[in-house]
Amino acid sequence: MNKTDALIIGAGPTGLFTAHQLKLIGLNCEIVDNLDKIGGQCIELYPDKPIYDIPAVPECTGGELTNNLINQIKPFNIKFHLSERVDEVKKEGDNWIVKTNNGTTFQTPNVIIAGGVGSFEPRKFPVKECEKLENKSVLYSIKDKSIFKGKTVTIFGGGDSALDWAVELSKNSKVNLVHRREDFRGAQATVDKVHELAKDGKINLYTKYQMSSIKGDDQLESIDIKNDDKETKTLNSDYALGFFGLIMQLGPIANWGLNIDKKTIEVDTEKFETNQKGIYAVGDICSYPGKLKLILSGFHEGALAARACFKLARPNEKYRFEFTTSSKTIKDRLGVKGD
Amino acid sequence: MFSHTCPIFLHNYIIIMAKITYVTHDNQVHTVEVQNGLTVMEGAVQNDIPGIDADCGGGMACATCHVYVKDDWFDKVTPKEDGEEDMLDMAFEPKKNSRLSCQIIISDELDGLTVNIPSKQS
Repeated sequence: MNKTDALIIGAGPTGLFTAHQLKLIGLNCEIVDNLDKIGGQCIELYPDKPIYDIPAVPECTGGELTNNLINQIKPFNIKFHLSERVDEVKKEGDNWIVKTNNGTTFQTPNVIIAGGVGSFEPRKFPVKECEKLENKSVLYSIKDKSIFKGKTVTIFGGGDSALDWAVELSKNSKVNLVHRREDFRGAQATVDKVHELAKDGKINLYTKYQMSSIKGDDQLESIDIKNDDKETKTLNSDYALGFFGLIMQLGPIANWGLNIDKKTIEVDTEKFETNQKGIYAVGDICSYPGKLKLILSGFHEGALAARACFKLARPNEKYRFEFTTSSKTIKDRLGVKGD
Repeated sequence: MFSHTCPIFLHNYIIIMAKITYVTHDNQVHTVEVQNGLTVMEGAVQNDIPGIDADCGGGMACATCHVYVKDDWFDKVTPKEDGEEDMLDMAFEPKKNSRLSCQIIISDELDGLTVNIPSKQS
């Protein structure tokens, strides 16, 4: 059991700055995120896209913003639990007991949800029959590529993941690559490589096609693909791999007894507390009159939620407001020299 | 000039509205008036029309405001910018007439536009 003053769910910009604020006022915290990397939407959706509305930063990319926030919390050695999704939040006395899908548990008086629009999950095939073969012969990520050796693999998608795996698996497997249009959005060098392999007969390329149905009970047998002109082809396959990127799902948060409206959590604007005492929501996932889904709003919300956490984490102490420019205590926490 | 649109007079400003029809996958028809300059996505969200999630809030970063534009309207709506087709790759059951509704900006010319909402956004 990990005991902490506050647990932050979500390692996006808001979660990171909230951690900074908690540590600055002398509380400890840990961060859980379902992604395998720090940065949330900034790193998953727009790592290279420029952002122009971070105060005092005329222009930076999602990746740069994330790196700067990571640098800002470096003095604090905050513990991250990546690739873990919080599944359960339960009240026990004055604390919340939080469990992740990996079995990690936390005991904390404060839970701060900085979860964006929820956790990132792979986008799935629209064909319903794929569900029963999921994680068996219908896959959305690859953990062990050796299982494909000597097999027929049909890959769907037009981005880097689809193309990279098509090239890689074509070495030891029969590969079909299916994409809904002729243009691929992956790196040009990989696109060229795929066309080259297709020319040599190492990859069977089906553009302007999409999955229409699959056959197989315990094991995939074949996949039907269809184009816009309703022409159908049947591809015998041992595996279907879908690489359509990630989508955000509210997921288990919906079961924690919080007031949720249109996938956002209602909070007050003093503490950013939800209808459950000691559970806060900040950033894109919270809603209140006038809410703006901007990164700068998330920073403000996190700063206030952090102060609210103080009361529950240190019930016998009084929080005293201090500036970073003048407080020796804060400077000690940051590890910087005073004047 | 306003023959196809419905002006609303409010505090001395004229707000031009266009009628937009959203048809859900189970054939429920919702016709609403949306202010010119907003997007088809915003029109759906503001009027609580089911089936448009718009997770990223209009940043062309999530493909959860996917709609099908009726053939006779397809050439009239604001054309696709770089990146929209890439996002549509990730949409649920994309077709030839697929668009992201956050990228269609409402104007006089679109008064009467009909879009169909797919059965799911993800």
